[in-house]
Amino acid sequence: MPLQSEFILETCELTKAFKGFVAVSSVNLKVKRGSIHALIGPNGAGKTTTFNLLTKFLAPTSGTITFNGADITSEKPAEIARRGIVRSFQISATFPHLTVLENVRIGLQRELGTSFHFWKSEKSLEQLNGRAMELLESVDLASFAKTVTVELPYGRKRALEIATTLALDPELMLLDEPTQGMGHEDVGRVVDLIRKVSANRTILMVEHNLGVVADLSDTITVLARGAVLAEGPYSEVSKNPLVLEAYVGSEQQ
Amino acid sequence: MLTRTQWGFIALIVAGVLAPHLGVYPTFLMKCWCLALFACAFNLLLGYTGLLSFGHAAFIGAAGYIAGYSIKAWGLSPELGILAGTAFAGVLGYLFGSLAIRRAGIYFAMITLALAQMLYFVWLQMKFTGGEDGLQGVPRGKLFGVIDLADTLNLYYFVFAIFIVGFLLIYRTIHSPFGQVLKSIRENEPRAISLGYDVDKYKLLAFVLSAALAGLAGATKTVVFQLASLTDAHWHTSGEVVLMTLLGGLGTVFGPVVGAFVVVGLQNQLADKVGSWVQVIMGAIFVVCVLAFRRGIVGEWMTLFSRKR
Repeated sequence: MPLQSEFILETCELTKAFKGFVAVSSVNLKVKRGSIHALIGPNGAGKTTTFNLLTKFLAPTSGTITFNGADITSEKPAEIARRGIVRSFQISATFPHLTVLENVRIGLQRELGTSFHFWKSEKSLEQLNGRAMELLESVDLASFAKTVTVELPYGRKRALEIATTLALDPELMLLDEPTQGMGHEDVGRVVDLIRKVSANRTILMVEHNLGVVADLSDTITVLARGAVLAEGPYSEVSKNPLVLEAYVGSEQQ
Repeated sequence: MLTRTQWGFIALIVAGVLAPHLGVYPTFLMKCWCLALFACAFNLLLGYTGLLSFGHAAFIGAAGYIAGYSIKAWGLSPELGILAGTAFAGVLGYLFGSLAIRRAGIYFAMITLALAQMLYFVWLQMKFTGGEDGLQGVPRGKLFGVIDLADTLNLYYFVFAIFIVGFLLIYRTIHSPFGQVLKSIRENEPRAISLGYDVDKYKLLAFVLSAALAGLAGATKTVVFQLASLTDAHWHTSGEVVLMTLLGGLGTVFGPVVGAFVVVGLQNQLADKVGSWVQVIMGAIFVVCVLAFRRGIVGEWMTLFSRKR
């Protein structure tokens, strides 16, 4: 294990241009180990693009991304997942026609090393059921274990998504708008859940709901027009005149 | 207590063993079993991995030629000839799959179609295939050097056994750790990637398995009809397997078997009554199936059954 630096994830001059339009421009981001870090900004600020660059679903035009001191700029999404960076998606990402238990097991089964074994019975996966049930219990879904996922209410699907992500025990969790499209009660449930799972790991999230951001995050990075506008704790950032202008300005449009 | 699938499997075995004694024409049955295996192999890819290949004729056709040629020209025994055809289809599946899975959706389908058409013209030009006439007069030979396959009943049970082995292998694949990953790719590919799965490798293995099993069907069919022809390699065959699978029930274990029997049965019954109108009737059935019962025969029946309970 190399000497652990203070920052788990760093980007250096990260830039993404789409046919002349620069969506993300020279972003230098440092995510502190063990913190909850939020990425906010008005619509079109480049949050989701940055997020997709970090999770390798998009390739950057220039710049580097470093995770735990290793350059991961040119790695594939599945590779960084195996390094311990696991993402969630804006719209709940489950496997709808598998049961809730099977969903979590997909997250767990890769470690068995039998995922290419087409001649083996799926009963061999039952040894994972205990661990899967623990994970489901941690998100209050144990009683739904045998339900086909498509039948779960939306908030529950998000909880299942988090349980599946936790199955990989990621060092860094990337959450893409975890409370998007949720009713008030569900938001509270997910906020509690994020706080609970943030123990012993780092969380970087993109979030629109400023209440959630204020409540959860240690550090906030504000993006506007693809560049970093401000960074710091909520109390500082929320008073920054540039940030206020960016938000008010965008609301007037 | 047996599950519904186990009951279905018992019914399938009993029907398969008894059918030739109940007055059903064995050659017709053998054709059905071969195409049922072909459709099941196709279903592994479309129904359980979510990949629509429009070039599966390449595998059933190629395996037919290789099995036919190796038995006729090199004097291989039928079981070795069938193995050779199956292996060739598997290698071909690896080559086609490596190229095609780089793209998704309609592009994937088009690449498989283009590759299959290329191969069709290769067979048309090559000497050993007999071109338009086909590779004729493939001897049936003796299974393991003992059992004479010229006897129709012997041949029938040999073909039925091959179908059962292929069917069980597909069933096991669907219900294996690998099958779980395939289903997760079908359901939500970006999510499977984000959980650390190199989805392309899984898709490729599924493609190779499907191609090899389609080849097994093609090679067996050649032994039955003592003929390997361009018909099997033609894109028509690729379309027909889509029809069989959708009609019977996409993503169901027994659906493709039912679909294959219905399609082959109708073609058999109608061929001498309505002539080339068969194609029109098949087209009409396809439209009705897509509009009225999308889950296919087995799929709709299962939905009905679970609603009643």
